[in-house]
Amino acid sequence: MTSGQHLSAIKGAKVLMVGAGGIGCELLKTLALSGFQDIHIIDMDTIEVSNLNRQFLFRQSHVGQSKAKVARDAVLRFRPQISITPYHANVKDPDFNVDFFKQFSVVLNGLDNLDARRHVNRLCLAADVPLVESGTTGFLGQVTVHIKGQTECYECQPKPAPKTYPVCTITSTPSKFVHCIVWAKDLLFAKLFGDKNQDNDLNVRSNETASSSDHSEDVFERKKDEDIEQYAKRIYDHVFGHNIESALSNEETWKNRNKPRPIYVKDVLSDELFQQNGNADKMMESENLSSLSAMGYLGLKNPQDIWSLKENSRVFFAALKLFFSKRQKEIGNLSFDKDDHLAVEVVTAAANIRAASFGIPLHSLFEAKGIAGNIVHAVATTNAIIAGLIVIEAIKVLQNEAKNCRMTYCLEHPSRKMLLMPVEPFEPNKACYVCSETPLLLEVNTHRAKLRDVVEKIVTSKLGMNLPLITHGSSLLYEVGDDLDADMVANYAANLEKVLSELPYAITGGTTITVEDLQQELVCSINIKHREEFDEEKEPDGMVLHGWTQAPAVEKKDAAATNGASTSTTSKSAPNILEDDDELTILESGIETISSGKKRKLSDISTPEPLEEKRAKKVPEHVDDDGDVIVMLDDVTKENSL
Amino acid sequence: MSGEELTEQETALYDRQIRVWGVDAQRRLSKSHIFVSGLKGTAVEFCKNIVLAGVGSLTLNDDNPVTPEALAANFLIPFDENMGGGGSLADLCCDSLKDFNPMVHVSVEKGDLSSFGVDFFEKFDIVVISCCSLAAKKSVNEKCRKLSKKLAFYSVDCRDSCGEIFVDLQKYCYVKKKADETDECQLDYPSFEEAIAIPWRSLPKRVSKLYFAMRVVERFEEVERRKPGETSIADLANVLKLRNELCLAHSLNESQIPDTLLERLVVSTKEFPPVSAILGGILGQEVIKAISGKGDPLKNFFFFDAVDGKGVIEDISTS
Repeated sequence: MTSGQHLSAIKGAKVLMVGAGGIGCELLKTLALSGFQDIHIIDMDTIEVSNLNRQFLFRQSHVGQSKAKVARDAVLRFRPQISITPYHANVKDPDFNVDFFKQFSVVLNGLDNLDARRHVNRLCLAADVPLVESGTTGFLGQVTVHIKGQTECYECQPKPAPKTYPVCTITSTPSKFVHCIVWAKDLLFAKLFGDKNQDNDLNVRSNETASSSDHSEDVFERKKDEDIEQYAKRIYDHVFGHNIESALSNEETWKNRNKPRPIYVKDVLSDELFQQNGNADKMMESENLSSLSAMGYLGLKNPQDIWSLKENSRVFFAALKLFFSKRQKEIGNLSFDKDDHLAVEVVTAAANIRAASFGIPLHSLFEAKGIAGNIVHAVATTNAIIAGLIVIEAIKVLQNEAKNCRMTYCLEHPSRKMLLMPVEPFEPNKACYVCSETPLLLEVNTHRAKLRDVVEKIVTSKLGMNLPLITHGSSLLYEVGDDLDADMVANYAANLEKVLSELPYAITGGTTITVEDLQQELVCSINIKHREEFDEEKEPDGMVLHGWTQAPAVEKKDAAATNGASTSTTSKSAPNILEDDDELTILESGIETISSGKKRKLSDISTPEPLEEKRAKKVPEHVDDDGDVIVMLDDVTKENSL
Repeated sequence: MSGEELTEQETALYDRQIRVWGVDAQRRLSKSHIFVSGLKGTAVEFCKNIVLAGVGSLTLNDDNPVTPEALAANFLIPFDENMGGGGSLADLCCDSLKDFNPMVHVSVEKGDLSSFGVDFFEKFDIVVISCCSLAAKKSVNEKCRKLSKKLAFYSVDCRDSCGEIFVDLQKYCYVKKKADETDECQLDYPSFEEAIAIPWRSLPKRVSKLYFAMRVVERFEEVERRKPGETSIADLANVLKLRNELCLAHSLNESQIPDTLLERLVVSTKEFPPVSAILGGILGQEVIKAISGKGDPLKNFFFFDAVDGKGVIEDISTS
């Protein structure tokens, strides 16, 4: 592979890297060493301390700076002759359009979220530039090659749906620690420190049945002259005491469940301790805002320790005190951030107190942070291996050897003696709405659903469009863009609020609409089918889109290879996903299931080796470098896309 | 326990990897001592990985001066017209690696690898050698085995876009995780000399062709008294001749060691950077496993060839 032929392919190539994180740092280094001369790199992120254990181009002194720029400077130190162009920007910015992508010979992804991966996939298809895609989690990783018309695109196969929980599990009947975390983060934390106007399923009324306005006030409203201790105590008693008590009154709920135990401050902390907790001011005067820590003040040193109910309660009060006394300016527009230590303390403590109430085992701050921040496990070695594999595939692409391209899995346990397992890429899925022109089918109640519902639930969240434009025949119903005049903006805003059948060009059963994204150059036709009723549990969107998550037709060639046959385990295990690193979401009701994916064909099925099959482990279909946040279903994409 | 705990700084820095292998493994890592000799691209990749992982100390050995060739393959050495101003490869790599992770003690040990006696290796838990002669591999491996403490020995080599890792953990006990239960396992490793002495015909079928090809090239370099990697196209005919002799002696079909594969190994002896990254990553993972006692260790050879893209484990032992 080190022939002169491939060196000239490398030297003439212009490469776009998307992502300068765990995989990106390794990739940029390996590209430079391999002789690549012209590399462009996009990353919107800045450097954090927890990156430094693997993103080896960065140092402590770089924390807060642009990853793309620092990575460039670091590589130029050992390779000053080459050209590296950094962009500290979001790959979804309109500047990175199809023309921008067209200048590159190949695009290499080292991304950390599905949203950006889909976006880059579409731009690569539109620009007809090959894409090498990658992901890692812990010791597992994978590299795939996507060439328009020759192999499947990134979206030809359904991607694992985010893990979701019914709202009632979160608000009333938690049975796992993760339920308590979601409650603490998305409900309690959001209510205490987030936007007060945002919908929230937390019960905030002191007495639900009372009709007098006095009794049904929002307990989260801090009264005039109420001191922080009293306020915090009132919140505590309300969410951990009163709310549990009122839930218990519904006998039906607890017929087949263990009853929770209401917890009030007086049961956990003596007056003396509670008072001590309040005297935090003096000890915290010298601290700066980012290092505020309730556990530090309380003398709890080890984030791996599991705190008692009493300790959790003390952390809860101390952290609230710190928020309201030192960071009052941020209150009202905070959202949970895994790198905000004080926020992690509040969520850990609150989740543990709730867990204690429901008889669920308590967890350490370290563990709680991992769950709440959806932190994906990451090590340097896997990223280095995956980056090496990306470069090998990129070189094949540049030499026009698409036939030799492989998708490769990096496994934790060998399968058929292999730790690195190459698999032949699949052909494009003819029913893929992204890389083929197959129309989608939308079942919807055209008399009840508004255009807004279709835009939010289908076009943005399911189809992943960034700047959508919706047309019916030759008339424009909706578009997003910077250069629209005021009339059009008003017109589109009015359309959004109309039900489909009452739009200027009515959408009814049998209508075909066109949805396109001008930036991604993706056009989809959607056939509309009117349907009166939807099952609230199973179809919470109130509409059903067919053809977008649908598993592609499976080639039954290796159907005979079942138990004991050489390809069975690997082909079955390969497309599975890891449970740990799904995104977590609350779904209004019901839990989405993930299709198990299709079978994979080994690149050389002709070498039968009935070896160690059983030890083959699951391989992630979609793995992330840094985790995304837990989101409520309707919070479309909070992901920090690059 | 308090003295054993990780510091706040360590917890913050190692957060993501502690989530992979746990606090206990991280603590063991921070107390481990590693020796690496032969600092070409692959060894350097390995060094980067374990310094990032947070081992206790890393001792580097390579007295070679910085050449344009070394500079081209080594991301640890800043570009310098003066070729590092007279410092050795180990000196320059040491300066860079220190910067990667201030919590790891990185130092240089001068001297020829073959001059180090058994006692020298006593202070290490892990010994990794790269780009060494057959004689050096055998001899360092034997020295490691003479010590009363359990010392893990590894060798790693990359030629063209092919690579080989050899592992000797002697008698290695570890806890194997199986679903919910755990099993005490013991593995018996042969030394390098013992492994390569096993007659080829008694090896399992379908052993990687690279295993045989590497043995041919290694033997050729020894017979011809070449330095590792000191071969060229002019040697191909003699290498093929040696291949035929060895195949005859071992009653192995010559087609098991294709001409094309030998040609690649003999002609382009430079390390291919993507393959170095892969080998350095696999080796890093294995060393972390051995130190932490977590995970199934590799027994006892690993091969990678970029042409077919397979990363294969071969068990070359009598047991």
